[in-house]
Parts: sequence; structure tokens; C-alpha cells
Amino acid sequence: MSGAELTCQELVELVTAYLEGALAPSERLRFEHHLAGCAGCTAYLAQMRQTIALLGTLSAHDIDPEAEQALLVHFRNWNRQ
Amino acid sequence: MSMHEPRDVALGMAAQDADRALVARLQRGDEAAFREVVARYHMALLRMARMYVATQQAAEDVVGETWLGVVQGIERFEGRSSLKTWLFRILMNRARTRAVREGRNIPFSALASNDDDDEPSVAAERFIASGPDAGHWSSLPRAWDDIPEERLLALETRARIQEALDALPVNQRSVLTLRDIEGFSSAEVCNMLDISETNQRVLLHRARARVRQALEAWLNEREDA
Ligand SMILES: [Zn+2]
Repeated sequence: MSGAELTCQELVELVTAYLEGALAPSERLRFEHHLAGCAGCTAYLAQMRQTIALLGTLSAHDIDPEAEQALLVHFRNWNRQ
Repeated sequence: MSMHEPRDVALGMAAQDADRALVARLQRGDEAAFREVVARYHMALLRMARMYVATQQAAEDVVGETWLGVVQGIERFEGRSSLKTWLFRILMNRARTRAVREGRNIPFSALASNDDDDEPSVAAERFIASGPDAGHWSSLPRAWDDIPEERLLALETRARIQEALDALPVNQRSVLTLRDIEGFSSAEVCNMLDISETNQRVLLHRARARVRQALEAWLNEREDA
């Protein structure tokens, strides 16, 4: 199977392995060869990269000031023990 | 990165120095340093804890126990991992203990396939079913490059991402949160969740695919409107 061309349907299942650098060199070549000739898969990979970037913007909110105060009280007690 | 390399090799020298300085202050019992790590990590720890325990209150308890563990354990912290990795490891231990006490099943030691999720990354209808072009796109994904950034970053778009994240099975959600939101490396995540590289990658793959699908549905819906 190693010489066969990837289909788009196969490629989408390899995207994470590709981005993780986990594909064997020959698989990576097949992946990149397909990508070079396929606008759909190129767009898909770009979407996946954008998805990852957007996930990175979901940062947590700030701690509630009351919870922070309560923790600081604990901190002083813990340190006294 | 191999599993056997020291963790956090990716952490830059400057970040390592800053980490070490912060640890030294924590070891002296410096309250300002404690406030700093609390401000930086408390909410992220809470989000992580919430995945494993039944209630918000239980999650807050777990994070409280984590901070106590930090204060008690910082003296013995040797800096072999980053402070952040160490914090999250303490949290995971406390969360697991609590989950076991609640009688909850923690899916991590099991194989990834135990969540019965072998849905494809992209629905089969999106590909040509037969003929010489079988397996190629029948409806191409569209480039998102032409979508204005303010729309991609709009609160509504992020709410959709959050919804998709919340709908994931807990093991996928944990891996995705640690990797793509908290920014841990795959080796760190394997170590924290006690799963193999392959397992981690499968979970990450499924989770990212689900979130991309949700985003695509949302962005297309907006485009058609
Ligand atoms: Zn393709």
C-alpha cells in the first residue's frame, strides 16, 4: 500500500499524526505529495491549524477575588503549621 | 520528543530561570509568589478538576487540596519538570482520588477505544463514494482565511468552541484542554494522564476533529445567513 496515492478521506485521518511529527518519512512524503495537488485537503489542514489556534484563545477567566482572599488566609495558616 | 528526554526541554532558558526564581520564592513561603501562581493557574486547575468530579464545589475542594499540596511539597520540588507541570500533576492525583471516592470511573488507564467513538473525522457524505475519484472531496472545505478575524474571535464563535469541548468524552476533553488550551507538550500530557503517545494522539485527533466540525458548521451557517 505504500506506493498508493492517499485519498482525501484517508488524509484527514492522518492530520494529527502529521502535525505531531509522528508520520514515518515515507508516509509524510505521501501526505505532502497529496497536499501539494489538493486544494480541499490544503484548506482542511489550514482549518485544523486555525481550530488549534482558536482553542488557544479559550483562556480561563480571572480568579474571583473572594476565592483568592480565602486561599490567602489558608496560605497563612498552612505556613504557620 | 522522546518519552525519555527530560521533560520541558522546550521551555526556553528565560522561562526556566523565571520558573526557578518563582520556585525559590515559594520555598521561602513568599506570599506574593503564592498570589502570582494562584492568579496564573487557579482557574485553569479548576477547569481541569471539574472534568473529573461531580460538582463545582467538589472541584473547588480538589483545587484547594492541590494548593495545600503545593505549599507542603514545594520544599521537595527539584525542578525536573516545570512548576506548571508539577502543579497539574498534583491536581490530577487529587482529582483522581476524589473521583474514585465518588465512585466515578476514570477512563485513562483503559484504551482510547473504550469511549466507542470511531466516528470519522469528516462525515463520509463529504467524500465521493465510488468511481475513479472515490475518497476525494465531494464538497470541499472552504478556506477560512477570508473570514474577518473579529468574527473568528467573536464571543459567539468561542462559545461554540466551548460547547463542542464540553460535549467531548472526558478523556478527549482532558487531552485537548491540556494540549491546545494549556499548551503542554505531548510528553507532558502522556505523563500527567498516564497514557501512551499513541493513545494521546488518537484522543487529540478525535477531539480536534469534533471541534473543527463544530466550527465549520457554525461558520458556514453564518455565511449562508
Ligand atoms: Zn485531498
